[in-house]
Order: sequence, then C-alpha cells, then structure tokens
Amino acid sequence: MPEKFEETVKIINQEKLSDEIYSMWLETKQVAAHAKAGQFVSVYCNDGSRLLPRPISICEIDREKNAIRLVYRVAGKGTDEFSGMREGETLRILGPLGNGFPKQEKSAFLIGGGIGIPPMLELAKELDCEKQMILGYRNNQMFLCDEMKAYSEVYVATEDGSAGTKGNVLDAIRENGLKADVIYACGPTPMLRALKEYAKENGIECWISMEERMACGIGACLACVCKSKEKDHHTNVHNKRICKEGPVFLAEEVEF
Amino acid sequence: MNMKVDLCGVTLNNPVMTASGTFGSGAEYSEFVDLNKLGAVVTKGVANVPWPGNPTPRVAEVYGGMLNAVGLQNPGIDLFIERDIPFLKKYDTKIIVNVCGHSTEEYIEVVERLRDQPVDLLEINISCPNVKEGGIAFGQDPKAVEAITKEMKKHAAQPVIMKLSPNVTDITEMARAAQAGGADGLSLINTITGMKIDIHRRSFVLANRTGGMSGPAIHPVAVRMVYQTAQAVKLPIIGMGGIMNAEDAIEMILAGATAVSVGTANFTNPRVTEEIVEGIRAYMERYQVSDIKELVGAVHDR
Repeated sequence: MPEKFEETVKIINQEKLSDEIYSMWLETKQVAAHAKAGQFVSVYCNDGSRLLPRPISICEIDREKNAIRLVYRVAGKGTDEFSGMREGETLRILGPLGNGFPKQEKSAFLIGGGIGIPPMLELAKELDCEKQMILGYRNNQMFLCDEMKAYSEVYVATEDGSAGTKGNVLDAIRENGLKADVIYACGPTPMLRALKEYAKENGIECWISMEERMACGIGACLACVCKSKEKDHHTNVHNKRICKEGPVFLAEEVEF
Repeated sequence: MNMKVDLCGVTLNNPVMTASGTFGSGAEYSEFVDLNKLGAVVTKGVANVPWPGNPTPRVAEVYGGMLNAVGLQNPGIDLFIERDIPFLKKYDTKIIVNVCGHSTEEYIEVVERLRDQPVDLLEINISCPNVKEGGIAFGQDPKAVEAITKEMKKHAAQPVIMKLSPNVTDITEMARAAQAGGADGLSLINTITGMKIDIHRRSFVLANRTGGMSGPAIHPVAVRMVYQTAQAVKLPIIGMGGIMNAEDAIEMILAGATAVSVGTANFTNPRVTEEIVEGIRAYMERYQVSDIKELVGAVHDR
C-alpha cells in the first residue's frame, strides 16, 4: 500500500501566475519523496470554519529539496485563504493521495485543460519518451506554458483564439496533424468526454484524471465516486472512488 | 483511572467510537489511527445487498459544517462479512455494525446474517435523510420506531442500538418509542437535513438537492438532544454530532452520553479519534476523575 503522510509544511514560495491562478512551493518532510505525477494532496484550511481539505494536484516535485509545487485556481474561500498566505507560513497537508499516471514508453499526448494543466508538468518531467503537449486555455493568460516547453513540444488552444488554435485541444491536435499512441489528460469533463471518444475512434490508450467533490480524500467516505463499466472490487457496485482507485482511470473503464 | 465504559453489556476500553459513514470499516483510517486505541469502530451502514448510493456531487462544505448525501452506498452484507469483519477482528476494539434497509424485511435479513458473526453491537439506522425509502421513514413516527425496534430485537443476536434522527419535533418521543420496543441503547443524533444553493449557477449544490448536515455547527443541538433524551429514558446513549475534540466529547458525556461517536472531524484531522481519547484522559487527570462513569450525565445548574 502506498504510504501517505500527514504533515505540517512550510510555504517556500507563493506566486500569482494569472488571474485566479497561484503557484505555491511547499517544503515537505516525506510527501515529496513518495509522490509521483498525477497524484494529489489534501490541503487543510487554517480557518476552523472550513472543515474539508482541498484536493489539489501535484504540479511539480523537487525530490532534492523535499518540496512539492501546487498550482491552483482560487475557486472559493479555502483556496482564497491559501492564496493569501506568504513564504514562511505553514499549512497542514495529507498525501500523496491517489494513484497517479501509469507511465508507458509510447509516443504520448499530454493534454491539459484549464486547471487540469498543472499535473502535466511533473508528468512531462517524468516521462522518458516522445511526447507532445496540448494545452487548452480560456485566453492568452497561459500559465505554466513556457515552463512546459523545457520538457516537451507544446501546442496551445485558446477558447477566444488569442493564442494558438482557436477552439479546444482536439482542434489543436487536428490543426497540427498530431499523432500519438497514448493519451494522458486532465481537465474539464466535456474535454475528457471528447478525448475518450477521440481515443476510441483512433484506437488509442487514454488515461484521464477525474475530479469530484471530496471529503476524506482517502477512500473512506464514498463522496467522490464515479461510475465504472465493471463492478468495482472494493465498492461491490459500479462505482469507483476517485480519491483511491483514481484519480487517473483508463477512459473506457469509467462513465461520465 | 478508569476509562472503560459499559455499553449495553459490552465493555469498551474507552468511550470514543467512530460515527457511521465517516470511517468506512476502518481500513483507510488505520493508516493514521491505531484502531486498538478506540473504544469501538462503528461501520458504514450495510444492507442486505450492495447499494450504489446517490449521484454526485454527494458532499458540500457549509460554514462550520458540511452536507452529505452519499445515499448509503455499501458493498452489501456478503462482502462485508467476508472482508470487513475479519479486518476489524484483528484489533482490540469493539465492532458495532450499522444496519440499513429499505424495508423491515431488509433490516431483518441483515441482522439475521450477523447473528453468528463476531460483532459486539448493532446500530440500526432509522434516520438517514438521504434515501427515498427506509432510513428516516422509520425514524419520524413513534409507532414505526417502536415496531422496527421490536422486529430488530426479535431477530438480532447482539444488543440493539437505535440511531435516532434530529429531524423530528420531539426526539424524546422517538427515544421512548425505541425503549418501549425493547432497544438496548440509543445513538443520537444523525445529521440534520439541510440544503445549499450555488448562487452563481442558481442550482442545488448536491445532486440530491438536500443533504444531512454535520460538523461543529450542529454540536449544541446534539448536546441539547442528548441531554433531553437522557432525562426521558433509562437507556445508555451514544452521543454524536459535531464532536471535533476532547472538550466536545466531554460535553456530550456530561449531557448524559455513555459513549461518543466522532464523524466529520475525521475529515479535518485523520488522527482526531485517538487525540480525543488522550484529551479525555488529560481532563480526567486534571480534575482527578477516577472513573469516567462519574462524568456521565454529571451536568448541573450553575
């Protein structure tokens, strides 16, 4: 069983990347050493009126410095609290959680949409194979895009057409005539649905990272389930726990 | 110093237990908590067959609490007996199985299946607000409470604890009905039905529209109901509702609870149950309480 750690961690660096998007490096004790691309951590609020931890994907891991980087969107009061914290302040986290991406040695698409982009950075670093990254943004506020270029070829799609292909990630794949044997993706549900369909049509293996409201983050409370094609061995129904069996699933195994 | 308590004839090492639905069957939290340190583990509700539960989103955070509408997803009694009970048997803690059903027959099937199992107590869930049939339907009418309690007592091999809903006008009426039906103990309170609306989307946050509210915001309501119930019946009470720390647990005991269940707090701090045991011990040392039983219902006017 993969080990999980509950730790009080120090903020090493906090930076605003674009409207609503922040980047935070945390100095951990053991989390960084055990984490891998596609996993997440639960971040607890210091404000006691907010009881539930916020699940945030790991964007980067610095094993030498025992640090992890979280890039997150301010989506509510909890993430707003995190964004107001400064270097030297501390947070409680629990992790690493979830399964992470299975790394294949095949020509790969790394596809991120919106706040699904951050986990692709660590994945690009860890994947030792031919890879092309396709990132979908709302507009030309392209957080992390330049950093990705150090590890992969990068193609961009923007909803408003202000950069790259106007449209979504699939439009960018088609416009640039891109090909791959495996897809790793994280992003909004409509994007994942379209990629599942695209992968099926083209006979490509497709791994997607799912998202759902969570409470415990460790598989006990059954809040964050998704429907599965086969009966799950743990739940004994057609439901998988996103925080435990996921968040990364083979697209054809889940229904959404 | 004695922290052992007697609950319906079963001796718990201490009064701290887990609240059903927040702790699975203990496997996930055993990575953080030494289950041997807990008085009992109360399992997630189990039915005669697997239940898929409600659509997502199933949870929402609210100020000082949360709403859930998981809908009693569970693997069914067969897999539960094969996997979860043997897991819990490895620990020096008591096993309390929470039982749910859509109908009296389904509840009976589960308690019958548990007759020859190494289970210490049964907690009968007649108070889940998130399922359409069964659950709370049995818990809001005193006649129905008495009738289902009688049926459980007729078929169960272990002592029967009825878990009561706060979503009633007078909880003592339900408590008396359970006592009349022969209950060995009572658990209270289950969650309080609530609702959250996303004002930007103008939609319900939970797929189920309503959900059960838990967390520290409901703690004073739970303390009041435990106190009132303790005055109304002779049965031992398991107090629960928003216990976040040892202070909250002690309050519940002073109000009349023999034992306490900790639920939502596990989500905020996975180690909280063990910390509460230590906190109660420290309180007893500080006030030189030699036996925890001295604290049960010991509240008085100032």
